[in-house]
Amino acid sequence: MPTTAGIDMGIQTVKVVILKDGAVAARAKAASGFEPAKAAEQAFDEALKSAKIPKEQVTQILATGSGMDMAPNSNGNVSMMGADAKAGVYLFPTARTIVDVGAEEARAVKCDERGIMIDFVVNERCAAGAGTFIEAMARALEVKLEDMGPLSLKAERASPINASCVIFGESDVVSLIHRQESKPEIARAVFDAMADRVSSMVHRLGINLDVIVVGGVAKDIGFIESLKRKLGVNLLVPEYPEYVGALGAALTAAGRVKG
Amino acid sequence: MRIMTEQPKTTIEYWRWQEYHRVRSDRSWKNKDVITAGIDVGSVGSKAAIMIDGDIYAWAVTRTGSNSPDSAKKVLGMVLQDTDLNPSDIQYTVGTGYGRVNVPMANKAITEIACHAKGANYIWGPSVRTILDVGGQDIKAIRCDETGRVTSFLMNDKCAAGTGRGMEVFADLLQIPIEDIGKVSLSIDEEPPPVSCTCVAFAKTEAIGLLRKGWSREKVLAAYTRAMAIRMANLVNRVGLEKEFVITGGQSKNMGIVSRIENILGVKTLPSPNWREGGLDPMIAGAAGAALLGKALYLKSQGS
Amino acid sequence: MITHYGYIDGSGEYFIIIDSDKCNGCRKCVEKCPQNAMEMVTEFIDLEDKTVAAISETHRKKIRYTCAECKPQNNKTPCVLECKQSAVSCVWKPL
Repeated sequence: MPTTAGIDMGIQTVKVVILKDGAVAARAKAASGFEPAKAAEQAFDEALKSAKIPKEQVTQILATGSGMDMAPNSNGNVSMMGADAKAGVYLFPTARTIVDVGAEEARAVKCDERGIMIDFVVNERCAAGAGTFIEAMARALEVKLEDMGPLSLKAERASPINASCVIFGESDVVSLIHRQESKPEIARAVFDAMADRVSSMVHRLGINLDVIVVGGVAKDIGFIESLKRKLGVNLLVPEYPEYVGALGAALTAAGRVKG
Repeated sequence: MRIMTEQPKTTIEYWRWQEYHRVRSDRSWKNKDVITAGIDVGSVGSKAAIMIDGDIYAWAVTRTGSNSPDSAKKVLGMVLQDTDLNPSDIQYTVGTGYGRVNVPMANKAITEIACHAKGANYIWGPSVRTILDVGGQDIKAIRCDETGRVTSFLMNDKCAAGTGRGMEVFADLLQIPIEDIGKVSLSIDEEPPPVSCTCVAFAKTEAIGLLRKGWSREKVLAAYTRAMAIRMANLVNRVGLEKEFVITGGQSKNMGIVSRIENILGVKTLPSPNWREGGLDPMIAGAAGAALLGKALYLKSQGS
Repeated sequence: MITHYGYIDGSGEYFIIIDSDKCNGCRKCVEKCPQNAMEMVTEFIDLEDKTVAAISETHRKKIRYTCAECKPQNNKTPCVLECKQSAVSCVWKPL
């Protein structure tokens, strides 16, 4: 089986996955910053080193993500939706709905048992439905991003916050803190607001079980709990959810080499 | 006109206005006059206006405190100063604005949209048909007829882009004082294309990218201001633009926004009267409109 | 008076538009809405208080999500079709 690589050129982070003999040999990431192509090279070299594979052994590299056209050394592109579907079914053969929540964009993809995308819906151009919202609220709360989830789980209710805009939400959080509202309840409000938007997006697509949640935001237990409550179904979350796009690209590359 | 001005509490930033009150020395009241009051308790400012038979007599502008009823009482006290009027002389009071349900002395609470349009009709005259009100946290587009009756209305408080708050965030990012952003955005030789994304949270990233590409801060601000002006023009077009057109609210003082909106819509706005030179401050449009509606309601209740 | 419930943001324009001059307060749209997004409110029009239909505060700022399933881009949503006074219409323009 060929060795392939997938590069996900995310707006915030570039992720690389190297696939060898049908299994993940290495993962690496780097902050996109203002030179995403450089970050991609860096992450790629790191992944090669970690997998102990020489560059020449990689037969095909495919790029995905919003910055996919800037990927260095790629042999082509895979749509983010296609990559999500491919990787989703590879990780969980029963997956039929993939919910991908990233730093600046969220999408939901419906697929068949072969990992071929059937339908999709995207939320973009507004930070309120993406990871940026959580990051901004964490800053306003003066809580570390990775602590937001565990904090929110301590709350029984959610404080009222303006969920429609990151900027208004930040002002709201500041006033709530002045009024001595508890941080766990504010944190929970943040995740409930995210879950509300994401679940409405998923409902537009219609839910086919099983539902898997991927993307950087899927790492956050607070978000997963709120989304579970909102969708009313069990959610599958893979290990390393932020690498799903890159994995999908690498899998597609493997398929193309064979065919 | 006598001017009674309180000592400014902070240095004046272009949209952080001074608290003050005014009484017209060329007007007085008699027992047979219909005296009405309008009290507009906004989230940032509280305003009051006294009308004698539908003619403005006194007005006041102050900051809203943490308590709406107290703010209402405070601004009413301010507007009555130096008028020889007692609260009991007022036949009808209308409360409006964000805190309108908490104006204890009001006979009725009316939405700020109806009052704002009525007040704009009073301040600028019956030729006003389209009003764009750009506040700190929302943007409203209003169409009205020659009597100041609202015919169409749209409010945006969902997205910060274009609101005072959104402009504040961007001004901070570029480290340009808020009172200068209009002037600075116009200080470029050639108007750049607008930023591609109106989301303030994302625009920050885009701006940093442009600065790194060598764009000056003035050019970045111009690109962003243009994007905001396009957004506001879209809101106006949604309700339909009809002359005459006025812009009210904090952003009406941002020449960078006003000139670009005029350019995009192809229409000149009617200029705002200058309160420092004795004109009617557009900030009191809500309170003035409320007092006028109060007069109409009072006369209706008297059977006339 | 025509009220536009909804918003314009980076992703597009989404409005449910209600003409309170045409609305006769029959409540049929409120009952028909599958998301329970509508309610009756009091509007001050021509010196009178009139009871008319509106989109509720909870849904106004997320109308893109609330209404999506009814496909407002076709302007044939249940609320629009139900109103015999033609008081309800939609503008739906995702980018």
